[in-house]
Amino acid sequence: MSDVLERVKKIVVDNLDVDADKVVESASFIDDLGADSLDLVELVMAFEEEFNIEIPDDVQESIRSVGDAVTHIKAHI
Amino acid sequence: MSDRRVVITGIGIVSPLAFGREATWERLIEGKSGAGRIDVFDPEDMPCKIACQVPWANGRGGGAGDPHAFKPEDFVSPKELRRIDEFILYAIAAADEAVEDANWRPEETEELERTGVMIGSGIGGLESIYNTAITLHEHGPRKVSPFFIPSALINLASGQVSIKHGFKGPNHAVVTACATGAHAIGDSARLIKYGDADVMLAGGSEAVIGRIAIAGFCAAKAMSTSFNDTPEKASRPYDKDRDGFVMGDGAAILVLEEYEHAKARGAKIYAEVAGYGLTGDAYHITAPAEGAEGGYRAMMMALKHSGMDPTEIDYINAHGTSTPKGDEGEAGAVERAYGDHAANMSMSSTKSAVGHLLGAAGAIEAAFCALAIRDQVMPPTLNLDNPSFETKLDLIPHKAKKGRVRAAMSNSFGFGGTNASLILREVE
Repeated sequence: MSDVLERVKKIVVDNLDVDADKVVESASFIDDLGADSLDLVELVMAFEEEFNIEIPDDVQESIRSVGDAVTHIKAHI
Repeated sequence: MSDRRVVITGIGIVSPLAFGREATWERLIEGKSGAGRIDVFDPEDMPCKIACQVPWANGRGGGAGDPHAFKPEDFVSPKELRRIDEFILYAIAAADEAVEDANWRPEETEELERTGVMIGSGIGGLESIYNTAITLHEHGPRKVSPFFIPSALINLASGQVSIKHGFKGPNHAVVTACATGAHAIGDSARLIKYGDADVMLAGGSEAVIGRIAIAGFCAAKAMSTSFNDTPEKASRPYDKDRDGFVMGDGAAILVLEEYEHAKARGAKIYAEVAGYGLTGDAYHITAPAEGAEGGYRAMMMALKHSGMDPTEIDYINAHGTSTPKGDEGEAGAVERAYGDHAANMSMSSTKSAVGHLLGAAGAIEAAFCALAIRDQVMPPTLNLDNPSFETKLDLIPHKAKKGRVRAAMSNSFGFGGTNASLILREVE
């Protein structure tokens, strides 16, 4: 469980081409990490793949930060 | 139409011979071939196992160790690279080179709004469509990438290039199969003449060397299948042993510019876009009309618009795909259009060296015409050992030819019976 953050960080770094030190729990994908709406869809797909979970569309819209993603993933794996 | 004249002030090329305008041109004039066995997939079950692939620095397409190999990281970030089809990648790279060559980097709003982009493609993101269809079939809709549609749409080459450079003028895309590149240049020149833009990035891009396109063109019996062990011999326009075209990928983009605009900023000028003609065959979905009748009318229209006498044209870059039917028809139509002057003219098919770049073919061939005018040398028709017919034209077999090139015509004909002919001429 403790490595969820690290695994999320790696996915975010790879997908958004951002420096790892910017990917902190409080970072907003759009405001802080330069993502657009299509990037967010792709990120969620990568999370689903990595953690073998399904994130429903209505939940996807509430995942706006690294912390949101970690919280949701921890609750569902 | 208006008296605004249109000139070429920049050229960018990604080709099966090399990345870059000068490296491609040098190798073309040296008589090099870009053909080889396909290495982006295992072609063993295909009737045609060869193509003219762009040499990549990672070794793809025979690019290992080549100082002029293509390096995608020079043009897009790794993140962008995953999200664009290769035809968009090549368009971005060729556009970068063209803009640099033209030294056209406007910052003023009005200049940006007067600079447009018209890059076409014959088939666009076919590989992306193919791969996504497999993903959808095997894993369902949730695994389809949000970047699939914008990577496959043909006008996204123009879109991506405009976004990268901030060009806010006309943004358009041509789709006329193998005449795409020529139509994009001709139509862009007209947008400038009409006053809708002062500068246009115009050309074509294609990157469909993959299982689905090779299988499709093989099924249409359009591709060479007898030279799988000697790929460099396969593209042989006008030769009696020709048996189909060899597919190529790449892109060519020209910077077209209104003449006074180019002069005022001291831009280097390759040539003027002097004439443009376009017609339809209304005949057959893949076969050209008898005697290339539609091609003939496109040439005549281009001559008429240029206001030039046919005797002023010295070189023709032919459509010449190396298919059994098309080559002779076009040569006959050229002889008909030019009459006795044909005996003084030279005509070659550079598809013998770079293959058939489909939607980029007309653009790269127009670029070769501009470079022929610049350097007063005409590229050869490789592998033309025994012409299958008699002609007054010098088909420039095997070796490039030095000679006066005052003006050049470039012909492009596409599936569906679409024809385009461009005339470029030197600017004093």
